[in-house]
Amino acid sequence: MTDASAPENEVMLTSDGRSLKSSLNRALRREKIRALLLIAPLLLFIILTFVAPIVDMLFRSVENEIVGNTLPDTVEVLAEWDPETGELPSERAFEALYADLFLAAEAKQHTRLGSRLNYEQSGISSVFRSSGRSLDDVGELTQDVLEDLDPAWEEASFWYGIMQGTGDPANGLLKSRRDRLAALTTEDMSGDIGFLPGSDISVVLPRTAAAYSDFAIFTAIADEDVVSEEEPWEGVYAAIGLDLQDPALREGILAYDGPGAAQLNAALEAELPVINYREAMIEIDDGWADLSNWEVIKTYSPRYTDGYFLNAIDMRNGADGAEWRPENEQLYLTLFLRTMLMSLAITFSCILLGYPIAWLMANLPARSANLLMILVLLPFWTSLLVRTSAWKVLLQQQGVINDLLVGIGLLDDANRLVMINNATGTIIAMTHILLPFMVLPLYSVLKTIPPSYLRAAKSLGATDWTAFWRVYFPQSVPGIGAGSILVFITAIGYYITPEIVGGTKGVFISNRIAFHISSSLNWGLAAALGAILLTLVLALYWVYDRLVGIDNVKLGG
Amino acid sequence: MSETSESAFVEFERVQKSYDGETLVVKDLNLSLPKGEFLTMLGPSGSGKTTCLMMLAGFETATNGDIRLDGKPINNIPPHKRGIGMVFQNYALFPHMSVAENLSFPLEVRKMGKSDREAKIKRALDMVQMGAFGGRRPSQLSGGQQQRVALARALVFEPELVLMDEPLGALDKQLRETLQFEITRLAHSLGITVVYVTHDQTEALTMSDRVAVFEAGRIQQLAPPAELYEKPMNSFVAQFIGENNTLEGVVTAIEAGECTVKLDSGDIISALPVNVSAVGDRTKVSIRPERVEFNPERMRDGTHTLDAEVLEFVYMGDIFRTRLRVAGIDNFIIKTRNAPDQVRLKPGEQIKIGWLPEDCRALDA
Repeated sequence: MTDASAPENEVMLTSDGRSLKSSLNRALRREKIRALLLIAPLLLFIILTFVAPIVDMLFRSVENEIVGNTLPDTVEVLAEWDPETGELPSERAFEALYADLFLAAEAKQHTRLGSRLNYEQSGISSVFRSSGRSLDDVGELTQDVLEDLDPAWEEASFWYGIMQGTGDPANGLLKSRRDRLAALTTEDMSGDIGFLPGSDISVVLPRTAAAYSDFAIFTAIADEDVVSEEEPWEGVYAAIGLDLQDPALREGILAYDGPGAAQLNAALEAELPVINYREAMIEIDDGWADLSNWEVIKTYSPRYTDGYFLNAIDMRNGADGAEWRPENEQLYLTLFLRTMLMSLAITFSCILLGYPIAWLMANLPARSANLLMILVLLPFWTSLLVRTSAWKVLLQQQGVINDLLVGIGLLDDANRLVMINNATGTIIAMTHILLPFMVLPLYSVLKTIPPSYLRAAKSLGATDWTAFWRVYFPQSVPGIGAGSILVFITAIGYYITPEIVGGTKGVFISNRIAFHISSSLNWGLAAALGAILLTLVLALYWVYDRLVGIDNVKLGG
Repeated sequence: MSETSESAFVEFERVQKSYDGETLVVKDLNLSLPKGEFLTMLGPSGSGKTTCLMMLAGFETATNGDIRLDGKPINNIPPHKRGIGMVFQNYALFPHMSVAENLSFPLEVRKMGKSDREAKIKRALDMVQMGAFGGRRPSQLSGGQQQRVALARALVFEPELVLMDEPLGALDKQLRETLQFEITRLAHSLGITVVYVTHDQTEALTMSDRVAVFEAGRIQQLAPPAELYEKPMNSFVAQFIGENNTLEGVVTAIEAGECTVKLDSGDIISALPVNVSAVGDRTKVSIRPERVEFNPERMRDGTHTLDAEVLEFVYMGDIFRTRLRVAGIDNFIIKTRNAPDQVRLKPGEQIKIGWLPEDCRALDA
């Protein structure tokens, strides 16, 4: 160490006394910003069209707002219910279920919830569908009695008058009902509806005010009708029936002196039908007497769920937490395993077939190597669908290969080989399709290995095989690595080829994902399967990095 | 040149090589080396010297003729059974093995035991002063160090014949000179036979016992360095080895040990007949720049003189290089040693130059 060298812990300074590091950062900032601006369009494009949809899709794998949005009151009441007791939920839960379902049925959302819950408990969707048809009948019981009592109850304007009131409007109530409807229908529910619930009446008849507000918002915004001209839903009658029979509200109703006070008091004294909602709901559909249906609603009431992920690994939320699904419902773990094993098989056959080609290409004179390169690339320029369909023609039992084998007598006509619509077909077709992904990186690495290494090895006394295995092959490993990563990761997410030639035994997990996206519309499960697949690939990448080192992967040069 | 002696260790006999069946890359090669000789194949690129080396190593097969090693034909022996050490221009050290592993490779394929291997590796590395680098990867070494390791690897299994294909081509001048010396020293102390290919004439002259000058698939001259330089047998060798002045003319008289040449400019000079046979032959007369004298006091009696005009004077440190116009050509070079009494010629000066007749060789046209 001479005097001139600074101690290691001292900050290096520039000639004008600033720290060297900050000075360097300042000098580089402009370049960094310019570089960022250059890639900005691509970055934006990728974020908008790739990252954002994937994040959204992955979010769907845990998102479960539909239960809470469709049956908010029911979920709240069910929080106190313990399915362990073996008893059905309380009457209040049934009341809430009626009100929630009525609104959902008006908004035509009850079947959506039915299909969602059907993923967890098959058969429940029919309960929701049939319930939606008969809810009106329950409200009509009260409606008939009220209308007999006073024909004013039939008039839209009479209802409007009561509910509008004369005092201050209950803005809070209206806002909360708007939010609830917006959550239910996933549509915008703001805007003028020509109605404001009176604050008096919303205290006197809370259920009725809420139900009428729902009706008013829905009528004005979804149906685009005038609220004061429309007779309320049967659900509003059901609500007023409950309010009038609620002992806690009796005092308030007697004291009420706003519009329609006379009719309300008359109704209070009249014999309104006492509706047992539990029985009414069970009558509508006996599925409501089934404890397990309620259990499913309660289990899946939180906003986020692990249900899709459990489903994706053949488990489900049982009474005591997660449990395996019955043997005959298990599917996905087998599919994941099969996808991995077949992708591995495809990767290995690509190495076996691709290595000699890449070697030839790297060692032939330029003219012949170019011809080979064109032959390797040729499949790239043909549509994937065409190539896969061609394999169908070749491999099927009445196809070219079987005909040939039978023709030359190698095969008995009765024992034609089954090479398609099974794993064999998928492996053959996908090996062919993915072969260029192996050959190209391998070729670019092999080309950089000078032939003098092999000559040196032989001059040192190694046989052809030893020279290849100990000297040439180790240097080609980075190429094999790059090719394998490309082929394996492409294979693991492959869809079209297994779909066409895979039959039932040769399909991949991605075919199942596609099925849930486009046919069963269980996007949550599709998202969970996709998330697991993505994690698997990243995990394998990480393992590969640890074992081989990603720096050792060369795509050329 | 085609002596088939009992003592020959390496022997090429009437060897021909063609890649395309139309042209011969090596035409009728006859060459024999005694054991322990350091032979250099020197020639411009495409002269067939590397092809000869590759045929000897076994990487190319001779199209015709025999190659014998220690009396046995080796045409049909695969390279790995020939037991010939080889050093390549790009070193060809296996990049995925350490230095010690590289040296261990030829011993392992010979199924040698571990302790023997280690002893030999150590000795070989010490021999090239690389004993401390056994654990390094080739990529962590400099070019010169890599070539030392490559040399050690070619020697570690104790071959009797080592082939070197332009091993110093990629190194800088100073390193090249050091290694030239070391290779020669090693070759002589180990008593191995070396066939060395290069296109660098200095390397060929300084290292070899004999040099074979290749051109167009033929050996133009095979001789020890001094003879090659001072007594080139034809104008190609004269041109290729060292700097050379060429004057063209016609032989007008010829007798034993001397001939008279009438240059195209009309001047008459006398020269040593090397490659001319009859009066009337066209000839190229070759004179080395350092054998030309312009100081009348130093010229011996009977020296032919020619008029010359100085065109350019270049100071090169140890020597002066002066370009003259002589007998109608204006790239006649003379080299003079930088000595205290040496005259520094000036452009435009008219001088007379002369040389000894034996330094002036009449070669083929």
